[in-house]
Amino acid sequence: MGSRTRALRVSAGVMAAVVLAVLVVPLAVPLDEQAVDLGAKLLPPGAAHPFGTDEVGRDLLLRCVYGLRVSLLVGVVAALVATVVGTAAGALAGAFGGWPDRLLMRLVDLFSAVPHLLLGIFVVALFRPGIWPVVASVAVTHWLSTARVVRAEVLSLRSRPYIDAAVSGGASRWRVTVRHLLPAVLPQAGLAAVLMVPHAIWHESALSFLGLGLPTHRASLGNMVNSARGSLLAGDWWPTLFPGLFIIVPTLALAGLAGAWRARLNPRHRSELTL
Amino acid sequence: MLELRGITAGYDPRDPVVRDVSLTIGDGEAVGLLGPSGCGKSTLARVAALLHRPDAGSVVIDGEPARGWRHRAPREQRTAFGVVFQQPRQSADPRLRLRDLIAEPLRATGRRAEADTRVGELAPVVGLSAELLARRPHEVSDGQLQRACVARALVARPRWLICDEMTAMLDASTTAALVGVVEAYRRESGAGLLAVGHDAVLLERWCDRTVRWEPLTRPFTVSRGLRPRTPGPQTPDGLNTVPVIRVTQ
Repeated sequence: MGSRTRALRVSAGVMAAVVLAVLVVPLAVPLDEQAVDLGAKLLPPGAAHPFGTDEVGRDLLLRCVYGLRVSLLVGVVAALVATVVGTAAGALAGAFGGWPDRLLMRLVDLFSAVPHLLLGIFVVALFRPGIWPVVASVAVTHWLSTARVVRAEVLSLRSRPYIDAAVSGGASRWRVTVRHLLPAVLPQAGLAAVLMVPHAIWHESALSFLGLGLPTHRASLGNMVNSARGSLLAGDWWPTLFPGLFIIVPTLALAGLAGAWRARLNPRHRSELTL
Repeated sequence: MLELRGITAGYDPRDPVVRDVSLTIGDGEAVGLLGPSGCGKSTLARVAALLHRPDAGSVVIDGEPARGWRHRAPREQRTAFGVVFQQPRQSADPRLRLRDLIAEPLRATGRRAEADTRVGELAPVVGLSAELLARRPHEVSDGQLQRACVARALVARPRWLICDEMTAMLDASTTAALVGVVEAYRRESGAGLLAVGHDAVLLERWCDRTVRWEPLTRPFTVSRGLRPRTPGPQTPDGLNTVPVIRVTQ
């Protein structure tokens, strides 16, 4: 078994465990992840609490799983929205050229010119804290790279003889785009979506860490790392370590899966979309 | 009548591939355009099919000047041409089954209802079985795919056919079969033909008239590293063709 196969199997195993955990644990374990028990605050990892408890005595394992659930939801939805928007913009710009292309690409430049965390903070600041503003914030800042990649791909496809054949057969611009160009870029766009999920999860964590994401009582990995800062200074490492690992390990596993998909999709082509 | 008048075309306005070329094809006439690789004959074919906008000159289709190129050409002018390209792999959408590939021009122009009957008529003519029609391009040979591309060119009953090196990738029997298909269609419909190629023997047998693209008509540019164009092995000398193309520098 080559190292690539092993990496793929490990990534797939971790992702399967993660998905299973976030789906099954909330149903199977009837504990409240928000239940406060001040008598059990800051217990180190042990038999009763495998990951220990936080500064108000909440079970960290349970909160990590709930936090990951929120992170995955935000990551997947935001990546999907960003990919759909980016693919539509890139395909329109590439297929139509002329002023739609110039308009859309200047819009991409405009969004790229602002640091995207700053833009993301601006978007969440417009709404009350919750999941959907975070999704919107991540989507608004992440469609740009997909739009660029899809446009470049469409431009290279547009000069193929089969597009000439479609034009000669009487196909409208719209039909050429929908029938011939979009299906050709969908695998690339799908890959871009998967690669974007880890990025979106980091963004959600970063926004929550800054106190701009989810409300503080909601379990979210970024919230947990943020509220653990005080105890970390006092030497209590577990409230920081476990949520941190819950951010890093699933995102690495996802990136590993996406990398394997990319290698399979186009062995000689290194995509512009890297983590 | 299909008239190309004073066409200058290429991919760089400062160094056009085709310079001031005129060519006229009569109704129902088959004209073969012979020339070495890279001389610009494919570009001229693309201009004739309204797929490439020339830098100068005009195309007149049955007395009506072309009003645009590619998507800017009115649909009825674009679909007056059936085009067959040199490389079937490149000219077939890899995601479409051959049945859909052939029917695509009808579906794209709102003649969906005719699609099934027309594909059913054409498949045996070009020699594609029902089993082959269900396959995708990567599952068939170049020859089988080119048969489908010829069927696609004929499916919407064009008045003009442009065959750009249609048989360059094919074996002798497929070449004979496809030329036969094109000729049968022309007899039935009275369509005109512009066949581009470098196989003088084939084009002289196939067409009513062949036109030789004179080599060494373009000044070569040293800056681009091109060597002067000399007649290559593809252009046997001494063939009795009438140079109708007027090429001025």
